[in-house]
Amino acid sequence: MSVRRLAEEQPASFEFTPENMVWVKAQIAKYPEGRQASAVIPLLWQAQKQNQYWLPKPAIEKVAELLDMPYIRVLEIATFYTMFNLEPVGRYFIQMCGTTPCMLRGSDEIKAVLQRRVGEQRKVSADGNFAWLEVECLGACCNAPMVQINDDYYEDLTPENFEKLLDDLAAGRPVSIGSQTGRRSSEPAGKLTTLVSLYGEDGLSGPASAKTTA
Amino acid sequence: MTKIIVDGKEVDVPAEYTLLQACEEAGAEIPRFCFHERLSIAGNCRMCLVELKGAPKPVASCAWSVKDCRPGPNGEPPVVVTKSPTVKKARNGVMEFLLINHPLDCPICDQGGECDLQDQAMAFGVDSSRYAENKRAVEDKYIGPLVRTSMNRCIHCTRCVRFTAEVAGTADMGAIGRGEDMEITTYLETAMSSELQGNVADLCPVGALLPKPYAFKARPWELGKTESIDVMDALGSAIRVDIRGREVMRILPRVNESVNEEWISDKTRQIVDGLKNQRLDRPYIRKDGRLQPASWGDAFAAIAARVKATTPARIGALAGDLASVEDMFALKVLMDNLGAKSIDCRQDGTKLHPSLGRASYLFNPTIAGIEEADAILIVGSNPRKESPVLNARIRKRWRMGGVQIALVGERTDLTYDYQYLGAGAETLAELASGKGFADVLAKAQRPMVIVGQGALMRADGLSILATAAKLARPAADWNGLAVMHTAAARVGGLDLGLVPGEGGLDARAMTRPGALDVLFNLGADEIDIAPGAFVVYQGTHGDRGAHRADVILPGATYTEKSGLYVNTEGRVQYADRANFAPGEAREDWAILRALSDVLGAKLPFDSLSALRKALYAAHPHFGRVDAIEAGALSFGAQNADLQPGAFTNAVQDFYLTNPIARASAVMAECSALAKGRLQQAAE
Repeated sequence: MSVRRLAEEQPASFEFTPENMVWVKAQIAKYPEGRQASAVIPLLWQAQKQNQYWLPKPAIEKVAELLDMPYIRVLEIATFYTMFNLEPVGRYFIQMCGTTPCMLRGSDEIKAVLQRRVGEQRKVSADGNFAWLEVECLGACCNAPMVQINDDYYEDLTPENFEKLLDDLAAGRPVSIGSQTGRRSSEPAGKLTTLVSLYGEDGLSGPASAKTTA
Repeated sequence: MTKIIVDGKEVDVPAEYTLLQACEEAGAEIPRFCFHERLSIAGNCRMCLVELKGAPKPVASCAWSVKDCRPGPNGEPPVVVTKSPTVKKARNGVMEFLLINHPLDCPICDQGGECDLQDQAMAFGVDSSRYAENKRAVEDKYIGPLVRTSMNRCIHCTRCVRFTAEVAGTADMGAIGRGEDMEITTYLETAMSSELQGNVADLCPVGALLPKPYAFKARPWELGKTESIDVMDALGSAIRVDIRGREVMRILPRVNESVNEEWISDKTRQIVDGLKNQRLDRPYIRKDGRLQPASWGDAFAAIAARVKATTPARIGALAGDLASVEDMFALKVLMDNLGAKSIDCRQDGTKLHPSLGRASYLFNPTIAGIEEADAILIVGSNPRKESPVLNARIRKRWRMGGVQIALVGERTDLTYDYQYLGAGAETLAELASGKGFADVLAKAQRPMVIVGQGALMRADGLSILATAAKLARPAADWNGLAVMHTAAARVGGLDLGLVPGEGGLDARAMTRPGALDVLFNLGADEIDIAPGAFVVYQGTHGDRGAHRADVILPGATYTEKSGLYVNTEGRVQYADRANFAPGEAREDWAILRALSDVLGAKLPFDSLSALRKALYAAHPHFGRVDAIEAGALSFGAQNADLQPGAFTNAVQDFYLTNPIARASAVMAECSALAKGRLQQAAE
């Protein structure tokens, strides 16, 4: 962690889109009169999503005005939580998990790919597509190594499938979220190893794979 | 009440007390940084750790209340230990952590010598550091013209943040970032907007926030300290004037629970440079259209020649806003001796008059009484500008809840919510007929109506006062009529009866062309005097009054004389002399005494004590310092004919209300900043 400041270059203004404004109003309505400030984190989050995953100064001020809070109170929150990006992060913001399970499963190679293709951490790539950051555990250890790109997790990465993923994203081709090796959720990479007396007809779990003879 | 044993001593304290308060009750000293009696509890410095029997670890005594303590196995009172080795070790540890990132720059730090961290490191710390790593470095922030920052020294107690959010009500400051990177700042380093911002420097327990104008000027141990009373507004805040040699170095608040608690406004604190700039330090006489230096004798002779050439009916006197009771008393006696009836202390033209009874011009519910009011109506006043510390008291009341506040007058940000009723007399007339907020006032146990000079300066000022009094329903145990003064001298002047006698002219009439031949002007700088009269200006600064003067007699400012002042609630307060007036300037009563001799109307006192003796004989209540003389309210059949029209507040520029403030460069900077903010808000 380091000192967090607002970006040097800021857009002139920020407005929630009409759809987001409806969503924002619904969030504010969750809290009693006079307690609108409770909605500050959801609002900042939505503002960040709307603005290519970073929070510009006008957005912070807009949220403060919507919630009738002093600007400094909202700035405190935006600078406290590191998941609020205060600088542009490209079209795709890659958060790469480097914590022990991912590291043991090869996150260093993923990191090498990022360093080669995107460059330094926290710097937007020359084409404006990517920026990346090594983060602590994102809680998908069974499918390590993994990254989060914008809102979605991409798991079971290898340097090869990760490069392809980046290529596809850059080219705007459709990608599948979750495991990149075709594994279903976080089931064993091979085939089912527990509850095999009940499930695993096709090597998978769940009602669809229930053994009829059981 | 709950029993608790502190260091073996049993004390009986209210259950809602914190352990820290209970320990103090028992006489145990608890070090602290973040805890402050008048702010919310943060519990983040950990310096106040004590040992609580039954608790697994030392507990932060500021954030642990007595009722949260468990009794012993046989129902014994809870036991707190503040002197055990565990506590000592805990304090050592906390202090070591606090000092990890604190620079060792006490020799060049203005806080040195009066620093909580320095003192407590001596008392509770260890003598050496085990820390060999790099220290954290933090950028210094711009937070306004009055407070200088040195953020490396900050220990993140957040007192300043809590002060601006809670007491000042402007929420200027905050803590951005987290952990080691936490930084105290204003929003993107804008200047603070509060009129009480200087107090954050007092609150800061270390040298992170320091008064900017005082930076590197003096060390606390070389200052002479004098207790005094502020005259920048009519609140009469308790202050301490610190001097070195003949020079006032700084002004700090003193605690007076019933007036200013422990806050003072920025104007009170930072007009220090105004006490030195543009001072009148010798007499002047106007010759050939220009003011030229003269001797006291020549000046007196010039006045005497003019006075002898006219009749008492053509002589008048004005008393200004900063005059002490003694000065005004001497002026009144001089005018009486000369037989002049035209005398007035109301240069702003307020319609208040002593004949209506003392309660008609006092802030009757008292300042502390604001906390008891349950409905407050503000009429033609902006308390935030007219007396920021009083406004903080209203805000304190508002924060307690259960009060309704409404405003008639100029709409503005008062730092608390209020119901806006309307702009002027029409709205007040509506209220008088029992509509709207009048209902709230009628139902309130302790209604309060604050009337500003903005409303009382109008031609129908007395009708407004009568209407306000009606709404405030004065009763034997509670008089809710609260007159908000803007001038420190005003209540004293009205007490002395500095209003025109029979056939005399008032301030407005005296300053009209051709009204008088000789006008004595005792520091009245807020009024334009038409050409014609021979003006004797007795004052301190080369301000408006001096420019219009024909003879200037240099007087003493409030720090340079011993005097009595009566604040807006009618409290008589004594201000001691801190230093001496510059050059040939003299204390004002002494000037009047010397002048009276030359005029052949000798004042019957040769010393300040003799003057006071005469003063107390004529007005006994001035002898009761720090007391409020109960006043009567004797409205006759005041006609309640309100003329339509919006109220205009008496104070438009908070920072430049008197000659001392106008001579101060610091106040000029603050005023320019405030104007910029106003413009920005308008855009």
